[in-house]
Amino acid sequence: MVVTSLDNIEAVRVAALAELESIETLEGLERWRVSHVGRNGDLTKLLRGLGSLDPESRREMGAAGNRVKALFEERLSVKEEVLKRALLYASVDDSIDVTLPGWPIPGGRLHPTTRMVRDLCGAFVSMGFQIMEGPEVEWDRYNFEALNIPRDHPARDMWNTLWVNYADEREGRPMLLRTHTSPMQARIMEKTSPPIRVVVPGKCYRYEATDATHEWHFVQIEGLAVDRGITFSDLKGTLYEFARRTFGEERRVRFRCDYFPFVEPGVDMSVDCFACDGGGCRVCSNTGWIEILGAGMVHPRVLEGVGYDPSIYTGFAFGLGVERIAMLKHGIEDIRSFYSNDVRFLQQT
Amino acid sequence: MLVPLSWLKEYVPVDIPTAELAHRLTMAGVEVGGIKETGAEWDPGKVVVGEVVKVEPHPNADRLTLPTVDLGGEAVTVVCGAPNVAAGQKIAFAREGARLFSARSGRIEPLRAANIRGVKSAGMVCSALELGIGDDHHGILVLDEDAAPGMPLVHHLGDAVLDVDVTPNRPDCLSVLGVAHEVAALTGLRAAEPELDYPEEGDPIEDQVSVEIADPHLCPRYAASVIAGVRVEPSPRWLQEALEKVGQRPISNIVDVTNYVMLEYGQPLHAFDVEKLKGARVVVRPARQGEALAMLDGETRELSPPMLTIADAHDAVALAGVMGGSETAVSDGTANILIESANFDPVNTRRTARALRLGTEASYRFERGIRAELAPRALRRATRLMLEVAGGRASKGIVDSYPGRRAAPTARVTQRRMKQVLGVDFGSEKVESTLASLGFEPAGDSKGDGAQGWDLRMHPPYWRSDIAIEEDLIEEVARIVGYDAVPTTTLSTPIPHPQPRPREDMREELRDALAAAGMYETISYPLTSLKTLTDSEALAGAPDPLRVANPMSANMQLLRTSLRGSMLETLASNLRVSTGKGLRLFEIGRVYLPPKEESEERGLPEEREVVVGAVTGPRYDLTWLADSGDMDFFDAKGMVEAALRRLRLSAAYEPEAAQPFMQPGKAAAVSCNGKAVGLVGEVGLEVLERFDLGGRRVAMFELDLESLHRAAPDQSYGYRAIGRFPESERDVALIVDSGVASAHVQAIIDRHKLVKSSIPFDIYAGEGVPAGKKSLAFRVTYQSDRGTLTAEQIDRAQAGILRQLSSKLGAAIRM
Ligand SMILES: [Zn+2]
Repeated sequence: MVVTSLDNIEAVRVAALAELESIETLEGLERWRVSHVGRNGDLTKLLRGLGSLDPESRREMGAAGNRVKALFEERLSVKEEVLKRALLYASVDDSIDVTLPGWPIPGGRLHPTTRMVRDLCGAFVSMGFQIMEGPEVEWDRYNFEALNIPRDHPARDMWNTLWVNYADEREGRPMLLRTHTSPMQARIMEKTSPPIRVVVPGKCYRYEATDATHEWHFVQIEGLAVDRGITFSDLKGTLYEFARRTFGEERRVRFRCDYFPFVEPGVDMSVDCFACDGGGCRVCSNTGWIEILGAGMVHPRVLEGVGYDPSIYTGFAFGLGVERIAMLKHGIEDIRSFYSNDVRFLQQT
Repeated sequence: MLVPLSWLKEYVPVDIPTAELAHRLTMAGVEVGGIKETGAEWDPGKVVVGEVVKVEPHPNADRLTLPTVDLGGEAVTVVCGAPNVAAGQKIAFAREGARLFSARSGRIEPLRAANIRGVKSAGMVCSALELGIGDDHHGILVLDEDAAPGMPLVHHLGDAVLDVDVTPNRPDCLSVLGVAHEVAALTGLRAAEPELDYPEEGDPIEDQVSVEIADPHLCPRYAASVIAGVRVEPSPRWLQEALEKVGQRPISNIVDVTNYVMLEYGQPLHAFDVEKLKGARVVVRPARQGEALAMLDGETRELSPPMLTIADAHDAVALAGVMGGSETAVSDGTANILIESANFDPVNTRRTARALRLGTEASYRFERGIRAELAPRALRRATRLMLEVAGGRASKGIVDSYPGRRAAPTARVTQRRMKQVLGVDFGSEKVESTLASLGFEPAGDSKGDGAQGWDLRMHPPYWRSDIAIEEDLIEEVARIVGYDAVPTTTLSTPIPHPQPRPREDMREELRDALAAAGMYETISYPLTSLKTLTDSEALAGAPDPLRVANPMSANMQLLRTSLRGSMLETLASNLRVSTGKGLRLFEIGRVYLPPKEESEERGLPEEREVVVGAVTGPRYDLTWLADSGDMDFFDAKGMVEAALRRLRLSAAYEPEAAQPFMQPGKAAAVSCNGKAVGLVGEVGLEVLERFDLGGRRVAMFELDLESLHRAAPDQSYGYRAIGRFPESERDVALIVDSGVASAHVQAIIDRHKLVKSSIPFDIYAGEGVPAGKKSLAFRVTYQSDRGTLTAEQIDRAQAGILRQLSSKLGAAIRM
């Protein structure tokens, strides 16, 4: 009969754990269990021997013996898992080279313009604007005249126009490919009454040679908000918020006076240059600023033209170039990348 | 418009840094697109003012001289080839190492020490070309008397030229004076007006010339003076320099003054040789039909009414507001001149210039609508300057015929409106002082702060033609005070009720579905050519496409009626750069069809949105896993099925052999709820050849969005509980005639009320199957909503289905 002592308990612990390491079968593991924590196992015997000790030693050694027992049980169950799993895969040898590529699942992409339009419109939608669309083939009346750009007005030079070969006895050749999304201003106001708060994405066309920064075919987003009490301050606030959401908190925004015949006062909004943070570089023609959009308070003549009383209703309008913003955001230098539809361009995220 | 700072300073003593000035102008709407600094490249230590002390002949060369130049205490001798060098001149001197333009190399190069024909040259006396300020390199540049020897040249001649992008509403800023007025308002300075008076020592103007205006609408005002006994010769240096700085070539003193004053005031002027005006008459009249005019650019043009001419007693002598005639032009021998300073109708001027494709500095200004008040001022200014540079005696008095006179314009701005438009009221004092700084003058009947708030009435200054309504004044104030001073607020007006957009929602869902199916979205040009439309079989049975009146190129003449052609072109261009990869592309875009009769907008084309998709090449990118084969009809159809499933649409596919675009046996018409919505198939071999895709297999689909939308009017999606009772699957293999479509077999199976779904999973013909027959195997899923189906119930159902198949299609069970 071995006397129960701390040394004995420790000796059993060390020997049993060393033995456990080398066990490779479930049968061996069972034998180990029986010989240590089984009815006649060495640890069991030591614990049984506690009864002969004085109370203080019994408490002390009982605690030590039970700690070792718990440890043995835990190790036993872990070892059992390991052995069972080894057994499960022992019979099959079909390991693979996990470094080989998987199936090349084709992944599609939306066109960068589509994604940009969604992002930009989304910023306005969250401010209560609704999305509307309109015709690309337009009447001169909507594209120009309703926007306070009469025939023979020099401002027409701002929009080189592609005309549709369609003759009209009264008006000559009044059909064109819209040069901007602004004709939708009059169309929307003619059809509805205030309050109006819309954005209109769509293709526009100009008679223009294509180069790295000019496309004859591009996408604009028009915005229009008309109601009682809409002010230039609201225009600034709305566009400022748009810029913050689109370009981030850290971009600074600048509003300066500009001229568009269908607004008064007119504005263009710039953000500080992404490339140089406003210090001046090639991207921003050394100004530190990049023009993002044109805007202004809807000209009273435009409101009158659609039957709104400009002494009651005021509003603002804006127009922004989608590709231009995408180019700035993504650092794309050549606008021709968008519509040459090269998959190598389209497949990028 | 180029504005030299030195010229600007003649009117307004601006002293803020040029960059700051440019910034303020830009913010106020007068955008400075660039600043060109002259003399920035002249090294102050190496390019200096010199005075020619004496000029001695070169011992070894007749054409060369040896001027000695005083550089402010230091005297150097150089070798010079210029014929005009003379003692007493102030000149620009460059030392060795100075970087100058070399006419020989065409580049800027450092000046090297030279030994010319045996004499060492200590540097160079510069021409305008070498300094980069003019074209002249035959003679040296002679400086003004007041230049101090030794002074860096940049201090004497250096300048900055502002390149101002003038918007169409601001013809006043097409002049240095106009920009000076802006600068004055933006810097708190006052702009000085040019000197206009001159001695009137000649004969009374009435005795020398008569002016008649035939149409006051086309010519509201005509002012003229006559100077007798001028000398036509090159302009003095200051005038040539001023013109060169703004990119104009000096011609002669008379012409140069007309150009100078045009740039100064924005008022075009013209000088005639009075002797050549027949009858000493000026008649402003519309051209006669077919009237010919030989013009200053050497061209003779045929005119027609209502083009406006300046005529003498017989013939047109100038095209009003556009260009003078060559007959009456000032030439070297001219002694007596008539100076014209007139106002012409903007619209007629623009139409004339456009009809003749003859845009000039003059027509550019007139078509923007300059004020008639400029005419007499610019006339007096030009007369004064011509007397100064060309001598002569000015007529007593001027002609100032003003039949188109209108009352001085008044504009009004109120506190109420300013708050309504801007959202802020700057206060009457600020508003009035800001407008005054721009040259506006009170119109008298203004009201101060009363119950209605302040109410100001102002006369715009004589140079501004763009002020008409209250908003114009509001903008004037806001742009000068600065848009930054306007508060930033968020919209507080009610948000309009949202309108549902089911069609667009569906389109976007379709877009997402096709991208999710592995396709890249493309966007192509909607203009195309007849060839592309014909080659893609898009014209057969389709309406004639609309045509562009002024196409930019031959392949962009027509508005497309189909997206097929551009899709095939996109495929081909991609395959030219990457041949080995599979391509899956789609586009959602508009086609332009002749207007429908019932459309609310008669005349405008119907813009219909269509979806086109194309697949070609290997199903998977190259992979070690398998050779997956090339995509075909079923890949394209799989895309369509995936997309329509996403739209909660079920479609039927019927063989379509008549479509010339697709291969006869490999095309299907797609319909939803009995309505045709599109086409899917493999593209015809001859079509592929035409698009440089010969030898490939290309499968495409076309869907019409409007038809899809009509087929699925209810776009709201929903969920239903799944059946409570278990499903049972049974396979059935059938032998049918090889011509029987699997969809027909499946339709009969699916008709049984206990069949939940069925899928064809095996098709086989060959050994074990009689000739002319095929084996079709279906997995059929049975389910009832009344209870768990027993084996007997399923057997009975399957037997019933087989009886149907047998009687309708002659199908037999395959054992
Ligand atoms: Zn920059």
